[in-house]
Formats: sequence, structure tokens, C-alpha cells
Amino acid sequence: MTERRPRVAVLVFPGSNDDRDAAWALSAVGADPQLVWHAEPKLPRVDGVVLPGGFSYGDYLRCGAIARFAPVMEGVADFAADGGPVLGICNGFQILCEAGLLPGVLRPNQSLSFVCRDVPLVVERADTPFTARCELGETLTIPVKHGEGWYHPPDDFPEEQIVLRYAPGENPNGSERDIAGVVNADGNVMGLMPHPEHAVDPLLGSGDGGLILASLVDAARERSYSRAS
Amino acid sequence: MRATVLVRPKGGILDPQGEAVERSLRQLGFEVGEARVGRVIDLEVDASSADEARSQLERMCENLLANPLIESYEIELEEHSA
Repeated sequence: MTERRPRVAVLVFPGSNDDRDAAWALSAVGADPQLVWHAEPKLPRVDGVVLPGGFSYGDYLRCGAIARFAPVMEGVADFAADGGPVLGICNGFQILCEAGLLPGVLRPNQSLSFVCRDVPLVVERADTPFTARCELGETLTIPVKHGEGWYHPPDDFPEEQIVLRYAPGENPNGSERDIAGVVNADGNVMGLMPHPEHAVDPLLGSGDGGLILASLVDAARERSYSRAS
Repeated sequence: MRATVLVRPKGGILDPQGEAVERSLRQLGFEVGEARVGRVIDLEVDASSADEARSQLERMCENLLANPLIESYEIELEEHSA
């Protein structure tokens, strides 16, 4: 029996530039991706949502500050409140923070320089919908490429919401507590600065990003079955 | 009514941009202390009183112009617009 391909929305904002890569990568790990324009008043019926990287609205004011008012974001908030898996990558992470779907904020890199390289990441939680295919403590290699990735969590941000950390000595942006990826308190919304969609084929350096996207696709598939039953 | 909103990195928040500006000024021979970099937003507010304008501006700051986690804001109103 072939497994069902769950529908996963990839949002497209003016200035998104990793939307097609994300859709391609999701398709490579078993999803049926659907690009959804930011001005859509409703989120179509999907079982997962990805907010891709890029420079939505030119990063004006602060990264993600304007994108969070896009009409489609209301549907994303409802989907998240209903327990649906939502993954924000890079600019998508920034948008989720600005929208209040994730705690904290992303600031200009402490070095004030753009960084673009592969980074080793340590899996701090393997029990989320985004890391179920990973092993706890495993090191993943996934590239970053951003100018504003210094994660600043709120005071008393709990350890258990940290999903990925930059390996010791590898923090590319000054992120507090070496945080590379976090989840919300309910665990169904995740944001990370590294780009899993750029690491789904060993030919291009690493396939480790595929573990994250495939975990999301598993969660979306499960949701699609439970919705159907 | 004309208004100016000043947004600054909150006290205690590390400001690498400010540090870079401070270093550059010193290289130019200016003996400066700590520099911090924020942003200025000038705008026109449609309001019938200064109080109303101020309360609108506060909402603008809380919802969009500043991120309260890392930034503080200050509102200046040009009130003599009769």
C-alpha cells in the first residue's frame, strides 16, 4: 500500500524566496505541497503548514513584523490553535515570533554579518512532530543563511521548549543558550533558523534536513487520517 | 497631528550596532561613551485631541512599531497644530 501524501501548505509572502525549495523538499519526503499566497483570506484544507525563508515585505521595520498581518495568518493561528503542525524556517521563524505563535524574537546577528554555512545542530528533543525521526542527542548538519538569527527568548524560557541547539562553539549568530530551534508550549508550532529544505539530498552536502521535514510530513499524515476517520 | 516615535533597544539589551558605532567614532578621534542605535518614525495622526493621539500611538507601538521584548519607545507630539 502506498502511503497517503498529506497536503502541506507552503505560504508565499511578497519577498519569500525559499517557498519553491520548501515545496520541492516536502514533495521529496512524501507530502503533497501546496503554495498558498499570503493574501488568501482562508487557509485551504491542509494538514501541515510551512512558513518558508526569505525576506517577506523586505524585512521592513523588523523581520516578520509586517508579514504577521497577512490575511492568511489568521487561518494559520486557527490551525495552530487546533493542534495542527506549523513549521517556520528562518524568515518563517521570525514571522511566527512576531505573530506571537512562538515566544521570543530574532535580532540582527551579533557579528552584524550575514552568515551562510553548514552548521552542526544537536537534537535536544526527539519527541516533537518535527523531530520524531531524529535521535535524542544526535548531531544534524543543516545550513544557515541569515542576517538576523540571534534568538532572544523571553525571561525564564523553559529548557523543554528548546528543540535544536547549535553544537558547542558553532553558534553562528549569538543566539542565547545556543538556541537554533524552539517549539511553543503545546509543541505543535516550531521555528528554526537553519534551512532543512536545503539539506534533503546528500549530493548537496547533507540529507539531515529531510529528517525534520519527514517528521512533519508524518505528523501531517497522521492528522489527515484522524480527520478522515 | 504630527508625531514622532523613538524606538530604542531596552536598557540591558546588548546592542552590537551601537557598539560598532561607538568603536568607529573612537577611531575617528571622538571620545564618546556608550552609543545605542534605535529608530525614528515620523507620522501624521488623525485625532481630535492630544490624548486621543497619544493613546492611538501607544497602541501602534505595542502592536507594530516596537517589539516590547527588546525595545522601548517614546512618543513625542507636536501639539500646537491649530
